[in-house]
Amino acid sequence: MNVKNIGISFVILFGFWLLLNGTFTTPIIVTGLIVSLIIPMFFCARCDVFADMRLTPKAFLYTFIYLFVFAFELVKANLDVTRRVISPKLPINPGIVKVKTKLKSKMARMILANSITLTPGTFTLAIEKKYLYIHWIDVQDKDVEAATKEIVQKFEKYLEVIYG
Amino acid sequence: MEILKIIGAVITLMGSIALFLGALGLVRMPDLYNRIQTGTKASTFGTVLTLLGLIFIFPGWVGKLFILMLFVGISNPVSSHVLARNAYRYGVPLSDKTTVDRLAEDIENKEVEPVNNAL
Repeated sequence: MNVKNIGISFVILFGFWLLLNGTFTTPIIVTGLIVSLIIPMFFCARCDVFADMRLTPKAFLYTFIYLFVFAFELVKANLDVTRRVISPKLPINPGIVKVKTKLKSKMARMILANSITLTPGTFTLAIEKKYLYIHWIDVQDKDVEAATKEIVQKFEKYLEVIYG
Repeated sequence: MEILKIIGAVITLMGSIALFLGALGLVRMPDLYNRIQTGTKASTFGTVLTLLGLIFIFPGWVGKLFILMLFVGISNPVSSHVLARNAYRYGVPLSDKTTVDRLAEDIENKEVEPVNNAL
């Protein structure tokens, strides 16, 4: 039995159940508790999706900060792309750059790749071991180190704390 | 509440504008990869804004709308990544404006397998 995976799955399922129902009466809460405890016990007995997640207070705080950083970057991404689309000269300078990540956990890499896809002018084209190949709409630096600093590090410093 | 409905309508309108600009980007961009750039970002942002506006108009739906935003936020980048990756593997050309292509260099140097079986 891995208590950690089942526990996290339980919290997520129960949260979904409450959000979907929108009411907090006793029968709904009891049904939700029972069902969201049984499902992970059957289907998540051997999964290791959340195994690398840290459950310290600092990790929770950083998760919260990460959401805000991400929302801000998402808005910035859209203003940036909008500017390029509207501008008559179509100011793009695309290219595929290679960046390096320090993250080891699969889940953290997935979150990093998704975040890169949704933020200013970049999206993840391929992942090979510790390198990510990123299509950048406005290449500022072709060098691996410099591109890593520009694209990856603003997310990595938070994910490092959350996932290790 | 009239004022909440007006706020909601304004946010939903902003979402529609973002979606329209995404569509405009699809027409204007030179190649598939740049089209995915505008397509992913604008459609995620537009959908999230539209749903956010709906929260103000129908406050009772808040939980379900948050779940919808979460699903859009997770599935949109994943699907565009898979589209772009497979397009690249099948040799969809990059536009002439492209300045650098590290992935092609690494495939040439045998650092990356040209066709990945784990699709």
